[in-house]
Amino acid sequence: MGIQLEVNGSLIEAEKGETILSALNRNGLHVPTICSMKGLSPTGACRMCVVEVEGRENLVPSCSFPVEEALKITTHSPRVLKARKINVELLLSNHPDDCLYCERNGSCELQSLAENLNIRERRMPGNKSPYKIDRSSPAIVRDPSKCILCGRCVRICEERMATSALDFAYRGNELRISTTLGKPLNFSNCIACGQCLLACPTGALIEHVQFPELDSHLHAPGKVVVAQYTTAVAVSVAEMLGKKPGTDMSGIIRTVLLRYGFDHVIESSLGADVMIMEQVAVFQERKKEGSSLPLITSSCPAWVQYVEQYFPELIPALSPLKSPQQIGGSLVKNWLPEIIQAGDKEIVSVLISSCTAAKNEARRVEMTSSGIAIIDYVITTRELARLIRLSGLDLDHLEEIAPDMSVPGSGTAGNLTGVAGGEVEATSRTLYHHLSGKDILPSKLHRFRVNKAYREMSIKAGKQELRIASVSGLSHAVKLIEEIKAGKRSIDLLEVMACPGGCTNGGGQPLPVDDHLIRIRSKAVYDMDNGANIQEAHKNPHVIKIYEDLLGEPGSKVSRDLLYTTFTKRDVLL
Amino acid sequence: MTETARINEILERFPQIKRNALIPLLQAIQDEFGYISETAIGRIGDHLSLPTSKVFGLATFYNQFSFASRGQYHITICNGSSCHMGGSGELLSEITKMLEITDGECTRDRLFSLEVQSCIGACGQSPVMAVNDKYYAGVEIKELRAIIKKYRKDASG
Amino acid sequence: MHPDKEFLLKLAQGFIPEPSDEELKYLALLNRERVTRPLVMVNSSISGVVAGARETWAAIESYVAERSLDIELCESGSIGLSSEEPVVSVQMPGKTRLFFSKVKAENVHSLLDDVIHHVIPEQMLIGQLRREGQEAWPDVPFLDEIPFFSLQSRVLLEDCGIIDPFSFPEYVARGGYRAFLQTIRSQTFSEVCDLVIRSGLRGRSGGGFPTGEKWKSAFETASDQKYVICNAEESDPGAFMDRTLMEGNPYQLLEGISIAAYAIGSNRAYIYIRSEYKDAIERITRAITELRSMGLLGDNILDSGYNLQISLRKGPGAFVCGEETALIASLEGRRGMPASKPPYPTQSGYLGQPTVVNNVETLANLPLILKKGADWFRGIGLPGCTGTKIFSISGRARISGLVEVPMGTSFGTIVNEIIGGVNKGRTLKAIHVGGPTGCMIPPHMMDIPVAYENLKEVGLVMGSGGVLVMDDKTCVVNTVRYFMEYVDRQSCGKCIPCREGTRRMAEILGGITRKPADDEGQTTLERFKGVMQLEHLAAVMKDTSLCGLGQNAPSPVVSTLKYFRKEYEEHIFDRKCTSNTCSELRTWYIDVDMCTGCSICAKRCPAEAIIGTPTHPYFIVQEKCIGCGICYEVCKFTAVYYK
Repeated sequence: MGIQLEVNGSLIEAEKGETILSALNRNGLHVPTICSMKGLSPTGACRMCVVEVEGRENLVPSCSFPVEEALKITTHSPRVLKARKINVELLLSNHPDDCLYCERNGSCELQSLAENLNIRERRMPGNKSPYKIDRSSPAIVRDPSKCILCGRCVRICEERMATSALDFAYRGNELRISTTLGKPLNFSNCIACGQCLLACPTGALIEHVQFPELDSHLHAPGKVVVAQYTTAVAVSVAEMLGKKPGTDMSGIIRTVLLRYGFDHVIESSLGADVMIMEQVAVFQERKKEGSSLPLITSSCPAWVQYVEQYFPELIPALSPLKSPQQIGGSLVKNWLPEIIQAGDKEIVSVLISSCTAAKNEARRVEMTSSGIAIIDYVITTRELARLIRLSGLDLDHLEEIAPDMSVPGSGTAGNLTGVAGGEVEATSRTLYHHLSGKDILPSKLHRFRVNKAYREMSIKAGKQELRIASVSGLSHAVKLIEEIKAGKRSIDLLEVMACPGGCTNGGGQPLPVDDHLIRIRSKAVYDMDNGANIQEAHKNPHVIKIYEDLLGEPGSKVSRDLLYTTFTKRDVLL
Repeated sequence: MTETARINEILERFPQIKRNALIPLLQAIQDEFGYISETAIGRIGDHLSLPTSKVFGLATFYNQFSFASRGQYHITICNGSSCHMGGSGELLSEITKMLEITDGECTRDRLFSLEVQSCIGACGQSPVMAVNDKYYAGVEIKELRAIIKKYRKDASG
Repeated sequence: MHPDKEFLLKLAQGFIPEPSDEELKYLALLNRERVTRPLVMVNSSISGVVAGARETWAAIESYVAERSLDIELCESGSIGLSSEEPVVSVQMPGKTRLFFSKVKAENVHSLLDDVIHHVIPEQMLIGQLRREGQEAWPDVPFLDEIPFFSLQSRVLLEDCGIIDPFSFPEYVARGGYRAFLQTIRSQTFSEVCDLVIRSGLRGRSGGGFPTGEKWKSAFETASDQKYVICNAEESDPGAFMDRTLMEGNPYQLLEGISIAAYAIGSNRAYIYIRSEYKDAIERITRAITELRSMGLLGDNILDSGYNLQISLRKGPGAFVCGEETALIASLEGRRGMPASKPPYPTQSGYLGQPTVVNNVETLANLPLILKKGADWFRGIGLPGCTGTKIFSISGRARISGLVEVPMGTSFGTIVNEIIGGVNKGRTLKAIHVGGPTGCMIPPHMMDIPVAYENLKEVGLVMGSGGVLVMDDKTCVVNTVRYFMEYVDRQSCGKCIPCREGTRRMAEILGGITRKPADDEGQTTLERFKGVMQLEHLAAVMKDTSLCGLGQNAPSPVVSTLKYFRKEYEEHIFDRKCTSNTCSELRTWYIDVDMCTGCSICAKRCPAEAIIGTPTHPYFIVQEKCIGCGICYEVCKFTAVYYK
């Protein structure tokens, strides 16, 4: 049964049990919010969504007030507008006035609120909370002075990522978002997934920006700068460049980077293809050993760190492979110099990724060979967009540079690793071929493309019946792991992606995020795969060449040296 | 007994793994050690299956918990409205001047620590202060100086 | 004397309607109508302890020991005369009980010497307690003849400071527990709710919500598990009525909680009490243990089929936990942040179950209402606002303490008549009612009968009942600043208007009462603009804050801007605090006759505002002076003074 509400003089329909805010939004009426986030529990903290309800002495927060029959609501009366304005002014009074220098300049929700409410005067000067910027993490920079304490990061970290690295601490004017004992992020249980960055309305949580550091390497004699970009970046960066969301920008990315001064540009999906080859080998080895636990993928660096912190007992179940990007990096550092005849020039390896945790990953001791990092710099989709804008190139009239075919640099099925379920989908193709000697029709694996946190399929390959599954979003993953540990589920191969939806929803992705955009990005990845001539990693000529020239066969000594890694239990306060 | 053993002993008194045991547990730790250590936070989180950020977040919300050990003489100053009117503010600034500590701090020699308490309800005798368990009513600056001097002397002799 | 458990339970259940002579005698002993040896009671609750009750106790013990006297020494709660502590009462066999004030350890000797020899030590005397069957002391006023007591209606406080709070027999002998036990035998849950609705009892914690209605709502919400929570957080500075009730008569509260639990069909109750209230905690804990051993708590209470557990939880200290949803959050082991209402706790409270939160004073009324009836209760106070209210008076009052009056009594009566106004030579400037989120009332408004609606009509609140008396030597703006800084620290920080608003208000008020290191930029205009901001801010804070704390936080500002605007203007424009409280606004001078020219003040002056030549009188340059008063403190010749 519908409920009738009178809003600003006209009637709207609401559903029983919903909040005023959701009824307003469904009816196309906009009320500003800060603390509210779709899919997360409401808190009613920011008071931005207040509306006037007849008969109520005070204004009511529409985000937490349930609809009742015959409510008379005014959403934009002078009284409401004044209240919203003063509350935003109060926030601004404790906010550093450095918008021009702020990472979120132009994408800041506080900024647009102030703009929309026509705040043009500093009416409330006051002391500001003295906080230090935390730059300890290679992935995330936290500036508490810009924090407006909406708690979105807290809720996303707890409810979606099952990590709770951050929580509210202290109270009153001392209230802040803090790790346990106020430790720097890098010494906390933060896994650097970056979901909080997507949630943060201001510049309080931003990525550790690295792209300006590249400048000293570009055009430098004696240096060869090689970039690899991930598929998730290719399908997302369009959003920040005024292009249609979901456009595959691979060509533009390659062209701009080369014009900007990079020497070579390759796709991260090449590393993913190689990883798939190795994964199949590892899988069979594990099968032979007869492990009771599934083979769990290790391509998501946030997930890897999560296991090291929370489930050290699962470390033996983790695939011993490096992540696709690190495999790509390994190839760049160890093989590419031969191909391009770099001589004694120094290779600078740059990763362009939708992932903030990749910044952390690049600094792992395990990701170095003789003390030298495999990937020197990691920049996010957002950083890339800025680099592209900085290049000054007119994207509409850009003559795209074709890929340099002399350098093996592109992947096939590996493109799918950009979305949740993609890694197992891509791996299944090669695995199936390996076990049965035949190719599986790609559409038979589309169960991995349903838009759900948990995706599962049984695949009959040769004599074997395999249960393959994918889970994304750590809170779902944790539940699944508990079930597996309790023996309630038996899975042979399990893909875990920390971010809900996988890399297309990574912490380094364009803002603002919404579910619709993530679906568009994912669809773009699927389109890319559907349209490809070659859809199996083992058929990728570049992969074949790499195995011929360098690795020999999956699981070889060279592979193990270059592409495998180790994991260690991490002792942090959880 | 080691710190961990003492903590474990307290944890055993709270066998139920329920969030509503968190405050009583922290209170027990605070009473035992006088503060909540990093080890204790980790153990409590583990015991209650709670993220430590929640334990820390909760503990910092309330006045009762501190994260550094107290001094040998813990000075409490009531800052209720009556005591404020009676001059607790002056007492506070005098202590800060004499001992160079403010609310929640401890002197370097670990002799004195200071806590500003909200009304303890002895409004008839304002301003009220206490050193450990001993109360002082209607304290004036001169008396305060003498009190602190006395404890200093007690400690050295 | 070991009271007979069976006898007590019979008595409590009303099974001894006509006691025999022997039983009556026994009863008189239990309730101390009759003592066989001298009884000395010392108020050992915190107000007494702070004033030195422990030392007094020790002095009495050694007095008794030295003389090998047969005396019963016993602890009591407070009779409500906080500024007269330590209060000691002495009851000689056959005689009425005498109450003495300010019995410090050094006075014990002469006091006991006198009383034991039937001499009255006049200077410490308060009065004697009227009781039937006891011989009165000649020429000693009865307590109920002294203005402080005579104008009160001590209903809830009747036994506080009179009885031994640790003694369950004494509580029962004075009629305790009959109400609860008869109720669980003869009345249904909803009958109790209805009775309380009829009594007109309203919550004493500020809002004045009808208690019975609250219960009914919880009672009618279907659930297997319901909770009653006694809110004993009492975090308003200057409020100590709940503490006194708990320390002075813990069984009364526990009986009240039991009744409330029964009324909503709950068998689980919690007392959420401030951890600072150590004495109250001890007394309540001991009382709960006693009740359990008597079978009055636990499963199947006296074969009635009703189960009840009461547990005590120590609140770790946060002002905002006085708000019911914050209190529930705290009890659940979370940060004490209030939640949006609806849903109300009576529908979804502690652990998501229907929960009634009542404060101590509200609950303490229940045994009396059930014992004496709804009509009796309605006979006290005003229609629509029944019963009594306890106020705790502090500040610059002649007497600080607890005053219990019928609803409808004016603040004028309380302040001017009951506690005798302010100290001699001072004039009453205002009273501040309701703690940090309360409001200030000028003397000419004090005739309003105290009731929820009456006060609300003129924009005032009752709050929990703390009354801070202010004389002409206290500064309105400074006091408001104190409250605002307090609220700023105590705000949970969840919602913007409260967190940021209180902070800005505190800063604006600080700017008015303090002198900044340099006055550039902070001109009179800025301060004035600040005051204009205060009014805008106040309206929005009230309109948009999540809970009562933020909504009422501007009350002190709003009420003082209305009634004491002149004082703000003096601070802003004249930079003057007429009461000389805002130390930074004082103007300092050096007395040329006293100054020896030692130069220490000039050396210590942080603003380099003192000039002069050694051995000659120094001089303060007013334009440079920041008013910190360091010169005053360092001067060894008392040459520095202020106007």
